[in-house]
Amino acid sequence: MRALPKMVEVETKLFLRDSATVVFGVLFPAGLLLGLGAVPALGEPSPDTGGLRSIDIWAPTALVFGMVMIAVQHVPAVIATYRERGILRRLSTTPAHPRSVLLAQMIVAFASVVVSAALMIFLAWAVLDIAPPERPLEFVVAFVVGYAALLGLGMISAAVAPTSGAANQIGTLLFVALMFFGGAFLPRVVMPDVLREVGEFIPPGLQALTAAWSAEAGEVTATAGGQPFWPQVAIMAGIAVIASAIAAKLFRWE
Amino acid sequence: MTALEVRNLHKRYGPHVAVDDVSFTVAEGEIFGIIGPNGAGKTTTVESIAGLRTPDSGSISVLGLDPVKDRAEVRERLGVQLQESSFPDAIKVAEALEFYSSFYRDPVDWRELLELLGLTERRNTRYKALSGGQKQRLSIALALVGNPKVAILDELTTGLDPQARRDTWSLIERVRDTGVTILLVTHFMDEAERLSDRIAVIDGGRVAAVDTPAGLIARASATRQVRFRVSQPLARSVLAELPDVTDVEITGDRWLVTGRGQLLSSVAGALARAQVVGHDLRVDQRNLDDAFVAITGRAPAERRAG
Repeated sequence: MRALPKMVEVETKLFLRDSATVVFGVLFPAGLLLGLGAVPALGEPSPDTGGLRSIDIWAPTALVFGMVMIAVQHVPAVIATYRERGILRRLSTTPAHPRSVLLAQMIVAFASVVVSAALMIFLAWAVLDIAPPERPLEFVVAFVVGYAALLGLGMISAAVAPTSGAANQIGTLLFVALMFFGGAFLPRVVMPDVLREVGEFIPPGLQALTAAWSAEAGEVTATAGGQPFWPQVAIMAGIAVIASAIAAKLFRWE
Repeated sequence: MTALEVRNLHKRYGPHVAVDDVSFTVAEGEIFGIIGPNGAGKTTTVESIAGLRTPDSGSISVLGLDPVKDRAEVRERLGVQLQESSFPDAIKVAEALEFYSSFYRDPVDWRELLELLGLTERRNTRYKALSGGQKQRLSIALALVGNPKVAILDELTTGLDPQARRDTWSLIERVRDTGVTILLVTHFMDEAERLSDRIAVIDGGRVAAVDTPAGLIARASATRQVRFRVSQPLARSVLAELPDVTDVEITGDRWLVTGRGQLLSSVAGALARAQVVGHDLRVDQRNLDDAFVAITGRAPAERRAG
């Protein structure tokens, strides 16, 4: 593990040179929210949602976009490429175990999502007057645990995808499915109750993020039959553990 | 001192026997070649030495260490250049070397390696933008950056142009001169012949022969041929009755003499005694290609590229 800091450094450089991922994973969530914030109708307080603007309720979806992008699209594609091109195999012949390169990947993926979230939350506050998370501790927990669950799914894809092309295809399917429950196509607030309740089991757990960001928004998007905040977080933690175990079990180094 | 010892290595994948029974030893400071047809078990043998495969039976010792049991120590001392392995597209040459050198306890100065491999001018070039020869040289550099006592080089010059191959060969000789023992796996006969002190021919998962290149060639065929034109007519019997000669063919003034042993000096001596000059004298050299065919009964997978 002595090679880990160096690996994180190198993987960070490689990540920053991958301009598509930097743009879509890190910068796009903030841009998306600002773009939608410029639509006048979305910025009007509505009596249906207790005087909140659509943009207030929808903001966490932009955050989820960056998280999903990096966890299920970027990370598996990189790892599958490393496997396909013998990079993991080559590392196996050195004193550094290729496990450290996976760990470095996850560290960089986590750091980039933190940057993405911080940028988005700051710009949302500065430009759109969306207040920063009201319950910062709960928000951080929901964010970290939800992201771990997402990354677990991404690592299963990375474990089984034989080629980078296959990883991209799995990533795209997962992206569409996860972003549906993440409210990208249909805002959570207009989803039928059953979809909202299923959504509480879908990483990264949009409802928990929304509720921790703004209690008012969380009330609007919650359902009568839904789980409270901490059970939702516990579900994500369970998914993270199970998915990581499956990924570790299935992982092929070559 | 023995750098590498493989004894009765056996490895199968399901019903498929990849390596049946392979044994050889490599002395310290030697360049030891492994040649053989595709699918002969070369790669599995090398992967077992590198600790990427666990043998089903038999033993391997790298500098007295077991690649599976003493994994960490073997990886410190063994440098590997693998066939079909590459590096991330966006990594720069100097970064890759610095990165790999950070894995080892006692690495060499990677800046010197850059110089040795002629990559100094490309130090800030991304891997993707390197030529085939430069990628190969980087791969060799990364195999050497840990200051290994033994280096495995698998299909060193595949895909390189003739000039790049020759440059790579002289580089390998320089590396050997620094005291590194080299295990060279190749399907290029000229490469094995040029670089190796000794060669193992592996065929069907077994060692068919181990010898020096010259020894393998001599083993494959004891006959040689001498061709020349004569300056004036000469009786056939002058050469045909020499003890080393088995056959003489004459076409006009052109002679083709087949024989064994010290054929050339016998023929030259006889011509001198007869006061006849042999013009355009040529000895047909047997090479490792011929030896390979004789030992394995099939042609090398690819013809000589150099």
